[in-house]
Amino acid sequence: MQLARVIGTVVATVKNESLQGRTLLVIQSLNKDLEPAGKPMVAVDSVGAGVGELVFWCRGKEASFPFKREDTPTDCTIVGIVDSDKHVAR
Amino acid sequence: MILAKVVGNIVATQKNQRYENARVMLCQQITPEGEETGSSVLALDAVDAGVGDTVLIVQEGWSASTVATGKAGAAIDSAIVGVVDRIDLLE
Repeated sequence: MQLARVIGTVVATVKNESLQGRTLLVIQSLNKDLEPAGKPMVAVDSVGAGVGELVFWCRGKEASFPFKREDTPTDCTIVGIVDSDKHVAR
Repeated sequence: MILAKVVGNIVATQKNQRYENARVMLCQQITPEGEETGSSVLALDAVDAGVGDTVLIVQEGWSASTVATGKAGAAIDSAIVGVVDRIDLLE
């Protein structure tokens, strides 16, 4: 899993039916000092995250496990919201 | 598996239910020589690792969720599966 900041939302009217009702968010992964690392990505949300929040996301096939539809086509899913920046203890 | 150093942990109240009672550790990947590579990763702790420990992290979903939660099939891609005592390398 990786830390990331939610930096935007994505609207897609035409999408695979198993993605219906899912929120797509643009996230920027962060390093341990909470500085941007790598390119922004689009993630499916499973926990009700919003823009500006510090989250962590799961990659790969495991990313589809939070959803009932196991064929939900995602390789990047937000699985937790960090309580605040101060809740990253270093 | 990758080698990493545990640098901290995170607190998240709102999270996937399979993360309940798990410790999410913030780790920094290192080379076998012990230098930080610059990439960080969050991993569930399955061995009671602490900050400062050099650890082994498995990055395969079935193994990671089984070892960290006792059951396969969770949205977990990384877990700490060992604390490294030492690494011996050829000169």
